[in-house]
Amino acid sequence: MILDKKHALQQKLFREFAENEFTKEIQDELDQTHEFNWDMHKKMAKYGFMGVKIPKQYGGTGSDHLTYALMIEELARVDAVLAIYANTSNSLGGGPIMLAGNEEQKKFYLPQVASGEKIMVFGLTEPGAGSDAGGTTTTAIPDGDDYIINGRKCFISGAPMADWIVIFAKTDLTKKGSRGISMFVVDMHLPGVSLGAPEKKMGINGYPTCDVVFEDVRVSKDCLVGPLNKGFQYAMKTLDGGRLGVAAMSVGVAQSCLDEAVKYAKERKQFGRPIADFQGVSFMIAEMAADVEAARQLTYHAAMLKDQNSPEATKACSIAKYFAAEAANRCAYKAVQIHGGYGYIQEYKVERLYRDARIMSIFEGTSQVQQIVISSSLLK
Amino acid sequence: MKIIVTVKQVPDTSGKVAVNPDGTLDRASMQTIINPDDLNAVEAALTLKDEYGYKVVAFTMGPAPAEGMLRELMAMGVDETVLVSAREFGGSDTYATSQILAAAIDTYGVDDEDIIFAGRQAIDGDTAQVGPQIAEKLHLPQVTYAGDIKKDGDTLTIHRMLEDGYMVVKVKTPCMVTCIKELNEPRYMSVNGTEECWDMPLTVMGYDALKDHDLIDATTIGLKGSPTNIYKSFTPPQKGVGMMLEGAGKETTDKLAGILAGKHII
Repeated sequence: MILDKKHALQQKLFREFAENEFTKEIQDELDQTHEFNWDMHKKMAKYGFMGVKIPKQYGGTGSDHLTYALMIEELARVDAVLAIYANTSNSLGGGPIMLAGNEEQKKFYLPQVASGEKIMVFGLTEPGAGSDAGGTTTTAIPDGDDYIINGRKCFISGAPMADWIVIFAKTDLTKKGSRGISMFVVDMHLPGVSLGAPEKKMGINGYPTCDVVFEDVRVSKDCLVGPLNKGFQYAMKTLDGGRLGVAAMSVGVAQSCLDEAVKYAKERKQFGRPIADFQGVSFMIAEMAADVEAARQLTYHAAMLKDQNSPEATKACSIAKYFAAEAANRCAYKAVQIHGGYGYIQEYKVERLYRDARIMSIFEGTSQVQQIVISSSLLK
Repeated sequence: MKIIVTVKQVPDTSGKVAVNPDGTLDRASMQTIINPDDLNAVEAALTLKDEYGYKVVAFTMGPAPAEGMLRELMAMGVDETVLVSAREFGGSDTYATSQILAAAIDTYGVDDEDIIFAGRQAIDGDTAQVGPQIAEKLHLPQVTYAGDIKKDGDTLTIHRMLEDGYMVVKVKTPCMVTCIKELNEPRYMSVNGTEECWDMPLTVMGYDALKDHDLIDATTIGLKGSPTNIYKSFTPPQKGVGMMLEGAGKETTDKLAGILAGKHII
């Protein structure tokens, strides 16, 4: 796909920002300390990154899905975890309110999320429920004008920094499976909300992830997002958009693997010549280039289908996420392989890329879940 | 109350510099960028806009594709842009360029409170002449090499950076100030800017718009009106890479002495 003038300019903005701002020192610090970088969050917010998908009337820039995909790709090309910084508000964090929130909720929450003042995260996964959201055991029981929430959400990315969390809880205990689930936006500072210890992750360090526990948390009825007992379908729709983001992030990681591999193959000499001269290496680079380009085209295509509200968009997002995440892993494997022993040493970027790539085929629906989505849309 | 910024699209010299057989720069084969010092001038204007509410108008002279650069400036926060473009203006040297830009700026209008910013110099020619020449032709005071700018009423207090120190210069508006890279850190475009810049005002001033201005005359513009012509451009041969020795001890000095002795220098 050839980008039009506007998207080409936006790609330039995101690329310049990432290349200048995401210094090696910052990348190393995030990977080593695992701590959230507030300065970077604020800087990204200042330029409007947090509100790319949020409509203008709610403080965002109202850009399209292609802009969003370009942003995530370009940021992830330098550092995947920093792409997540700009992703949450546009995707799983702000997504449910954009999809299902009423006017008051949109007016209250979205501008604060778009400006980066507040962070909103997404809480679907539980110890016994993830892609199988039907296994949700968190409950929200009506009590006068309020709901009382009890349960535990796990692997909640961004929870330690979050001001609000959108959660899914059983509101009709008589209903089985994915029915009887509702969506709530919960203030993280309310009594009864507590955090587990940060998880020690393999990669994407610098965006802490932990459990969120709800013990008799009282929220008002205003915190219900979307229709009662119909929360599951919004969870699925939110994940749809999220998959596009992960696809774009995977393209960025895969491209970075290719960039590093090309650079190293030309520099590194063995048997008196650059290792790029050996077909064993150059063929791997060709495979990576084809993977990156195919993943990119699938991702941009899915983004454009989403912009057109196409009924094919869900399948296209799953195909893009599935292919791009697997491609990122193939590229990471080859990039490390081309680096040989040095690829196994932290001093070289491909070591981190290998770890960062691994989450791509897991979060927001594993590759196997994407395969189920894709095949079930064909076999129904 | 406005700030006019003059900007130039230049070849990206961080890549390979391509030269035509006739000695001129092969601009078509090189990527273009906004001249780096001009971005500092734009940032200086936008900083003052944020504080005092100036309207910022960017002027450039160049071929039609320079529109891309002007859109980019509007995505950064510039309010309006003017592209001075005509076949008659092609081939201008600094004298003719400043003649044309001065006429364009004068046609647009300069009020008492206005400021004109320019970058110190462009990376393609490194002349640092166009800014000062525009000031002379518009009969405006000029301060070059600004490394710090403070505004107080109708007066700007500027640190004029020199090799061995700086001068503090006070100047009344309207005036011309040329900016150096130490002045500030240019901002990026904003996402919102990249959405909105396409509908923002961009005026093209062609030959007809300027031909009746006093400064414009066939003998003062374009290739014919240029007192200087490029004889030859070339990429200078790279100097040999230096060698760095680190450490303050005897071991280092011995090593240095050994190398110098090996080259029969000592």
